[in-house]
Amino acid sequence: MAIPIEMPKLSDTMEEGVVVAWLAEEGQKVSAGDIIAQVETDKATMDLEIYDDGFLLKRVVGEGDSVSIGGLIAVLGDEGEDISSLLAEYSTGNNGSARDSGHTSSDDQADNKSSKAGAAGAPAATPAETVEEISALVQSGGEAKILPPSSSGRNISEKSTSEKSMSGRSMSERSMSERSMSEKSMSGSRVKASPLARRLASERGIDMESVRGSGPEGRIVKRDIESYVPAPMKTEPVFAPKRGRTDLPAGSDSYTSLPLSQMRKAIARRLAESKFKSPHFYLTADFDMRKAVAARIQLNELAARREQQKVSFNDLVTKSCALALRDNKWVNASYLEEEGEIRFHDNIDVAIAVAIDEGLITPIIRNADAKSLGQIAAETRELAARARKKELQPEEYSGSTFTTSNLGMFGIDEFTAIINPPNACILAIGAVRDTPVVENGQVVAGKRMKVTLSCDHRVVDGAAGARFLASVRQYLEDPLSMLL
Amino acid sequence: MAVLQFREALRAAMTEEMERDDTIFLMGEEVAQYNGAYKVSEGMLDQFGPERVIDTPISESGFSGLGVGAAMNGLRPIIEFMTWNFSFVAIDQILNNAAKIRYMSGGQFKVPIVFRGANGAAGQLAATHNTSVESIYATVPGLKVVAPSNPDDAKGLLKASIRDDNPVVFLESEVLYGMKGEVSDDKDYIIPIGKARIAREGKDITIVAHGNVYWRAMNVADRLVEAGYDPEVIDLRTIRPLDINTVTESVRKTNRCVIMDESNPFASISSEVAYQIQERVFDHLDSPVIRVTAKDTPAPFAKNLMDHYMPSEEDAYQACLRAMYVT
Repeated sequence: MAIPIEMPKLSDTMEEGVVVAWLAEEGQKVSAGDIIAQVETDKATMDLEIYDDGFLLKRVVGEGDSVSIGGLIAVLGDEGEDISSLLAEYSTGNNGSARDSGHTSSDDQADNKSSKAGAAGAPAATPAETVEEISALVQSGGEAKILPPSSSGRNISEKSTSEKSMSGRSMSERSMSERSMSEKSMSGSRVKASPLARRLASERGIDMESVRGSGPEGRIVKRDIESYVPAPMKTEPVFAPKRGRTDLPAGSDSYTSLPLSQMRKAIARRLAESKFKSPHFYLTADFDMRKAVAARIQLNELAARREQQKVSFNDLVTKSCALALRDNKWVNASYLEEEGEIRFHDNIDVAIAVAIDEGLITPIIRNADAKSLGQIAAETRELAARARKKELQPEEYSGSTFTTSNLGMFGIDEFTAIINPPNACILAIGAVRDTPVVENGQVVAGKRMKVTLSCDHRVVDGAAGARFLASVRQYLEDPLSMLL
Repeated sequence: MAVLQFREALRAAMTEEMERDDTIFLMGEEVAQYNGAYKVSEGMLDQFGPERVIDTPISESGFSGLGVGAAMNGLRPIIEFMTWNFSFVAIDQILNNAAKIRYMSGGQFKVPIVFRGANGAAGQLAATHNTSVESIYATVPGLKVVAPSNPDDAKGLLKASIRDDNPVVFLESEVLYGMKGEVSDDKDYIIPIGKARIAREGKDITIVAHGNVYWRAMNVADRLVEAGYDPEVIDLRTIRPLDINTVTESVRKTNRCVIMDESNPFASISSEVAYQIQERVFDHLDSPVIRVTAKDTPAPFAKNLMDHYMPSEEDAYQACLRAMYVT
């Protein structure tokens, strides 16, 4: 019984995946649980695990090929089994329907052979449900005929998925299967690389995952490391002046190209979509942080005594926002055009933008309103550390209800952020700064912090946004109120 | 320096050493009156007389054992096998007596003996006369194994072998006996045992070979140079003790290695070199070490099959390209 292996939905926002490396050969005997390929999604490079025993009869796509969700990647089955009708089914464009229709195909050939086209595919809302997709079974006809390679080809029909990225709830980031992959490397191969290439990459701090191998079966070899061009973010300061080459005649063009990563594409797509679709308006407030500064000193003395994580201003803001969201349901909401509704979320899940080498990612403090400052501090630090190590699991950065972004540590006083769909708002946090303020007609030393709330006007009107900020102000300017 | 044939270089080594030390004698089939089956010992009977250049019956086990006994009693025999294929009937004398007596006697006896003769394939000699014996003897602790590829090395290494106080298996090649080359005139010209030679310096790939096949390796290197690559060629010269450091230093530089070996592939010199490379410089390898050896069969008789049997230059050239990822 031939079993089609389809491109699974490996993240909320994934629409297609790139098969970056094959880890099994055609004709190879494979068992349930084996990793047969690596798939790069908009977030991560993830292992493609199979759930059946059999032989890998066909690798339908090559390394580097992009396949839509539900598209055919490979076929498993018994040794020597005829898979031509199955391939024909997919090549005539019936693939990818599994998720939508609940069965894979009513293709003539399959019916003629009185085979059961029974695919158990269900829409995948979370990564965990991809099991069903991957193991969706299709029984094909059984005539023993070896398909010539030319007719197998790369017949990936371009399935235009109706899956809308809006259903994804986190910003685009790269995710983090590296930990699980390195665990797997104990038992089998993953990134193939020569020993020398591994050593050179390790010496130069190059992530093997980001190197494309030019050797047999994608093996990374010395020349791949030597010619590796790191992502510009790693090497160039953000505000680096344009480098002019003086040895070139005026007008000649000199540049370095970096192919768009899946993560970069996802950031581009989702943020452009957000900016174009959700009408943003901005509310800026300047908070008095003197009490928060004093409270933080006291809190951290306590934390030091208890050997707990220190509390940052950002943690205070997270907690304040979470509490303020309780009273401002319009800000803790989503505008869902498809569903024709505004959804008020019961949970208060605050995402925090974390810059990583390849872009940014937004790990989430779940139920932040119910967590103590100490819990928020510890959890934030832990998530951020793992984010930088690319160890976050999809559920740790998908499905927030509100997002904050803080550039205070870079000395930014104020800025505006783009809403992280399907959130209704994002709060851009500036630095706490010493500044003169007028109080009772006197100029005195003040501690101030500016925040700017970006609001999706489809959900949040000006007054609603302002009320939310007033709430946040109340908590931050009188931190004891967080305890009430 | 004089230009000598390989056989003349060997003769010069033996003659000079026998002139220097009258405990040295040569013994073997047809070494005396016939001047040697391959004329290595031509004229030596005339120079040294029948007591020091001794014809034997066809009895390898006998004269090998006689040699071991003589060595134990203070002489320094050179035992010539017409070819190393014939040494197998004497293998107990070589593997057990020559190799182990020094160890088993706690050093009371030493066995300064040289077993020498033609090794490996020499054309259509069929299955039993084409054996490359180096891995058979190199696996035995107590034996040194030497395999020169050119006349100068032949002289320097044979003199070193004769002067060595341990049994030495000295591997020549029938097809190289007529090769000419410049050879040192120095009567104390010693090339130390256990020292490989970098025959050509390069940076792209290391080709390791020894004996007759070394010349094929050099041809492969020439082809690679024509194709724009820069290969390094190492002539092992001594099989045991193996100069692995010269090989690994080279691999550290080139990151790739192809080993050419006329032996059958299983448990051969190339296996050993490849193992030691990965053991010592694994993190410097950019591609798997590739071996190009004789085929894993008895040597065939038919010429076309024999050509196919031998480690070919084309195979080695392609192996180098694969190792460099340029195919």
